[in-house]
Amino acid sequence: MIDKALAIASYPNVIFCSFGDMLRVPGSNKDLFQVKSEGGDVRIVYSPLDSLKIAQQNPDCEVVFFGIGFETTAPANAMAIVQANKLGLTNFSMLVSHVLVPPAISAIMESPLNRVQAFLAAGHVCSVMGYWQYEPLAKKYNIPIVVTGFEPLDILEGIRLTVIQLETGKSHVENAYSRAVNSEGNKHAQAIIREVFTVGHRAWRGIGEIPNSGFKLHANYQAYDAETKFDVHDIQTQESPLCHSGEVLQGLIKPNECPAFGKECTPRNPLGATMVSNEGACAAYHRYGRF
Amino acid sequence: MCLGVPGKITEIYEVDGLRMGKVDFDGIKKEACLMYVPEVEVGDYTVIHVGFALTKLDEEAAQETLAIFREMGTLEEELGLENL
Repeated sequence: MIDKALAIASYPNVIFCSFGDMLRVPGSNKDLFQVKSEGGDVRIVYSPLDSLKIAQQNPDCEVVFFGIGFETTAPANAMAIVQANKLGLTNFSMLVSHVLVPPAISAIMESPLNRVQAFLAAGHVCSVMGYWQYEPLAKKYNIPIVVTGFEPLDILEGIRLTVIQLETGKSHVENAYSRAVNSEGNKHAQAIIREVFTVGHRAWRGIGEIPNSGFKLHANYQAYDAETKFDVHDIQTQESPLCHSGEVLQGLIKPNECPAFGKECTPRNPLGATMVSNEGACAAYHRYGRF
Repeated sequence: MCLGVPGKITEIYEVDGLRMGKVDFDGIKKEACLMYVPEVEVGDYTVIHVGFALTKLDEEAAQETLAIFREMGTLEEELGLENL
C-alpha cells in the first residue's frame, strides 16, 4: 500500500495529505519524506477534514488523503468521504488502507506457531466498535480478552485482570476501560462507517493477507477511490527481508530478538511499521529497552 | 496519533453542516468534529481522535489522563503539533 501512496504522491498535480506517522513508513525504495524532499507536495494533516479544506482551496489540484488506521480512525475518514460528497468535491479522493482488530486476533490464534494466551483489546478501538465482537473470540479460542485503556495504570490493570483470568482458568471478555467504552460502542460512528466502507481482504505488513480484515470504499463511493483514480491497483510493496515485524506482531519474538533491531532498523530509519510510531512495539523497546 | 487525547469543549458551532467545536487540551485549543457525540455540550470532556470526538468522559477521568500526558511530555505530539 505504501508504494501506491508513493506513486500517487509523486504525480505533479497531486497534493498528498497524510497523518504524520505515515511519512517514515518505508516503501520498496523510499518513503513519503523522500517524495516530499524530491518536490512532491506531501502535507501532514491532523484531521481528514483538513484535507477537504485543502481540496476546496486548490480546485486545480487533485487532493488525496491517505486513509489508514484501525477502527479508531475509520469514523473520521468515513465522515470526510460523506462530507466531500455533500460538498460536491471532485478533486478529492482517498487511498483507503483500513485494518480491523478481530480478524487479526483470529489469524494470530489460528497460526500453528501461535504462543499468545490472552489479549488486551485496544480501548479506543472498542470505544468506536464496542466489545461485543470479542465475546465469540474469547469463547472460540478459550482466551481472556480485557478491554484496556492506554495509560500506564490502565495497561497494568489490564495485565492484572488478564493474569487473574489465566491463573483461575477463565476466558471471557472483561472491560477495564468502562469510563470510555461500553459493549455497543458508538452507534453514530458505526452507522457512517457502514455507509462508506465495506469489509474486504487486506494485506498486513509483515504478515500477509488476512481475509475480511479491512475496510474498502463502498460501491456508492467509488468516485473517491484513489486506487482507481490513479490506476495503482497493481503496485506492490517490497518489504525489507531484514524486518521481522510480522513475528513481533504475532508475539513470536520480542523486538530486540530481531537481528536488525537497533542496527539497520531504528526509529529514525525504520524498516517496519512497529518501529515507526512511538506506540509501536519495536519503537517502545528501542526507547525504553535500556531501563 | 493512536492514543487519543481528552479535552474540554469550550464552544460549539456549525461548519458546512457539520457540528464542530473548540476543544481545550490543557491550554492548547483545537477544532474537533462533534458529529459522533450529539449528547455533548459546552463544558463536557471528550476523547479526540484525529480531530473527531468519539466518546464523552467525566471530568475526573479527563484530568487524570491529561496529567499523565503532561508527565510523559507527549501532549503536543499526540495533538500533531510537533509535525506542523
